[in-house]
Amino acid sequence: MVAATTTWFYACLAEDVPENGGVCVKYNNEQIALFHFARLNEWYATQNECPHRNQMALSRGMIGTQGDEPKVACPFHKKTFSLKTGECLSGDECAIKTYAVKVEDGKVYIAIPG
Amino acid sequence: MKIVIIGNGMVGYKFCEKLLSKEASSSFQITVFGEEIRPAYDRVHLSEFFSGKSAEDLAMAPANWYSDNNIILHLGDPIAQINTTTKTVDSHKGLTVSYDILVMATGSAAFVPPIPGTEKDGVFIYRTIEDLELMTAYAKKAKKGAVIGGGLLGLEAAKAMIDLGVSDTSVIEFAPRLMPRQIDDAGSNVLKAKLESIGLKILTNKNTAEILGSSCISGMQFSDDSKIEVDMLVISAGIKPRDELAKLAGLETGQRGGIVVNDQLQTSDPSIYAIGECALHRGMIYGLVAPGYEMAEVVAATITGTPKTFTGFDMSTKLKLIGVDVASFGDAFLSGNGVQSIAINDTHKGIYKRINISADGKTLLGGILVGEAEQYNMLLQTFKNKVILPPNPEDVILGARGGETDTGAGVTALPDDALICSCEAVTKGMICNSVSEVGCETVDAIKKCTKAGTGCGGCVPMLKDLMQHTMKAQGKLIRNVLCEHFNYSRQELFDLVKIHDLKTYDAVLDKLGNGHGCEVCKPAVSSIVASLWNEMILKKGNATAQDSNDRFLANIQKGGTYSVVPRIPGGEITPDKLIVIGEVAKKYNLYTKITGGQRIDMFGAHLSDLPKIWEALIAAGFESGHAYGKSLRTVKSCVGSTWCRFGLHDSVSFAIKVEERYRGLRSPHKLKSAVSGCIRECAEAQSKDFGIIATEKGWNLYVCGNGGSKPQHALLLASDVDEETCIKLIDRFLMFYVKTADPLTRTATWLNKMEGGIDYLKSVVLNDALGMNALWEDEMNHHVATYECEWKVAVETPEIRKRFNHFVNAPEEKDPTVHFEEMREQKRAKEWK
Repeated sequence: MVAATTTWFYACLAEDVPENGGVCVKYNNEQIALFHFARLNEWYATQNECPHRNQMALSRGMIGTQGDEPKVACPFHKKTFSLKTGECLSGDECAIKTYAVKVEDGKVYIAIPG
Repeated sequence: MKIVIIGNGMVGYKFCEKLLSKEASSSFQITVFGEEIRPAYDRVHLSEFFSGKSAEDLAMAPANWYSDNNIILHLGDPIAQINTTTKTVDSHKGLTVSYDILVMATGSAAFVPPIPGTEKDGVFIYRTIEDLELMTAYAKKAKKGAVIGGGLLGLEAAKAMIDLGVSDTSVIEFAPRLMPRQIDDAGSNVLKAKLESIGLKILTNKNTAEILGSSCISGMQFSDDSKIEVDMLVISAGIKPRDELAKLAGLETGQRGGIVVNDQLQTSDPSIYAIGECALHRGMIYGLVAPGYEMAEVVAATITGTPKTFTGFDMSTKLKLIGVDVASFGDAFLSGNGVQSIAINDTHKGIYKRINISADGKTLLGGILVGEAEQYNMLLQTFKNKVILPPNPEDVILGARGGETDTGAGVTALPDDALICSCEAVTKGMICNSVSEVGCETVDAIKKCTKAGTGCGGCVPMLKDLMQHTMKAQGKLIRNVLCEHFNYSRQELFDLVKIHDLKTYDAVLDKLGNGHGCEVCKPAVSSIVASLWNEMILKKGNATAQDSNDRFLANIQKGGTYSVVPRIPGGEITPDKLIVIGEVAKKYNLYTKITGGQRIDMFGAHLSDLPKIWEALIAAGFESGHAYGKSLRTVKSCVGSTWCRFGLHDSVSFAIKVEERYRGLRSPHKLKSAVSGCIRECAEAQSKDFGIIATEKGWNLYVCGNGGSKPQHALLLASDVDEETCIKLIDRFLMFYVKTADPLTRTATWLNKMEGGIDYLKSVVLNDALGMNALWEDEMNHHVATYECEWKVAVETPEIRKRFNHFVNAPEEKDPTVHFEEMREQKRAKEWK
């Protein structure tokens, strides 16, 4: 759900993001991990910081699925988080923030809640 | 229902405990009569009374345990009579209590042989705490002791005498050897020698004719006319079931004592049960505590509505007698047709081991261990579970020797309390329990349940092994599959990827898998693809299927910066190259440290600096060191014959040759190697996946060693081979490993799990048992021919190079959250929370 006050932030060109991988987007002083899950034809965005050790690393993690749930694994200790809900799928780390993403004319936008 | 228990010994107590654990017992009225003044205590460890344990320490449960559990306990009040018609018992003090079920746990008394003079002062029996108290008082003035009985109880009594300070003690045994029921002549001789070495005198074949002395004992006269001086004697020659009450009540008893019971442990009166040493079951009195406990369980279960039967008990036992391990299991004495015995009799070390095996050598029937009984549990399990013996059955008592691998190596051989995950302090037992009791059947489930593997993750392969082993033990079929996306083992997948000529992760997943991959199968499949085709790992869309260190060709470190390790083959480096490393490290503000593998690690590089750093290094003649990959790391060397006065061959040159041959080879796990120039082994080659040591005649090749969390020495694969042969053998060995090992399995673990161990490995690599050697050598030659430095490709390929930025929308900016702290004139990563 995207709230009415949402602003769409232009992140990068779709081609700047590797297929089935992620990049880190700078938004003011925040870091957002942006993923192009090409196999699912989906785009996802989450906070870049892994809450386990507060490392700015999720964008460099491997993505995949657990059952039907798309997920990302942090490069540091392989904690996994749902790309849809942000819920931690391994152990009891806290959930991560997720953002809506849209692609128009080859440009990727991330929804910033107002 | 009213339950009366006669006897409050170990078995009587255990019966109360078992009864309380059954739900149906909540409405029971339980009354216990004990003859002794103390509540039940641990008679098995009675001799610890002398080493400082108090009667309270030995108690099975404190006195208030009985009242807390609504059990009426009458101590010091033996039952005088059982009235089976009125179903009542009369106590010595005059109580009459009625019962619905009566349980006799009257135990046994010491058997005192009919020898004239046993009534004299200074003659004791060894049975109760009171006996011990009497002995303690008397021992103060005793100098020469004796024990009648060379069995289990006799030796316990002998230990008591030593503990009491009567070290000049003789053990007198009627039979020709000690412990005649448990061990054979040879074992008995070893035991005898051990006991004599601590000062006991052992007299076998001695029949005591008379105890000498007027009112006090002064000596013993034997039937062979010999005599010894004795001023304190303990009779511990066996037990006599306490069946006098049963006889009085008209219950059936055995000719040589014991209350006759059926398989339900009922006496001839169906309302009366007998358990423990007073019960005569199928002609047998069980003088050990374990069968007594089992009997307690059978009766407790039966009278609470879930009938059980007692059908005999394995008398296998392991004891420590006066510091000497003695164990026997199964049929210890078996001989004759269809049985073979293997024995080792090491009189030097005082160790005797014997196993009896079936004629075909496949099953273990029984055995004896004296002097060292470490293998007892394993042997007992082998015997009980009819586990097929190894091809050389003597291995089970001899253990690893002469280059053989220990058949029990690996996680399955670890004890339950072994710490598997040291981050979260999780033991093997806890992990196995999460599988067998909680039902975890994936590594993730085990992680969630136990937290094991959630710290550094180093134990995850062990978690998988333990899970599989436990599931197998439960009889569950398990296929060793990669993950939910691939229903194949790594080995199967390796062959399939080759057969189908698949060169990208996505192609493999589409053809052979399902779903969309994960952090387990992506690196595993990427490694297979790299091993097979040796194509640059970041091309063809494979970059995002690499583990993240491989994806950025560097090791991610605390804070999110990377470390840079150029290859320094054999640890040899020119001054000019050293200067370049220094200059690069200075320019990019990197922390430098010498690694364990004789190279130099530079830490703290920003992602966007990596290509520039590598450009400078490559220009100076360096190449990737693959420190980030599951591939060959270093080939360590000692300086060898070019400088060292002991060196036999040029170990540095050989190390460089080996390192340059296998550099870049992607494998299931990292590979480490070393070459030593002589047997002093300064390069520590025997702790490596493959290690080479110079000999007078050539090189010795060792394989499957490991440092790390579970160190293991490498095993000799071939000796005195020339360089060319050595390389060929390594080619075959590595290819065999690369193709067949599970993901993240080092060579040592791979060998430990291999059926047939090093012998099988030798038959494959040396004797070409699989007929694969020529192919493997070709494949390795292909690897060598197609090797290229992946960092060189990365810096020269714009579409790869542009990925080395922290922000996709601000490529010139570095990660502002990276912080360093100062330490010893260099920097370190800021500590994380």
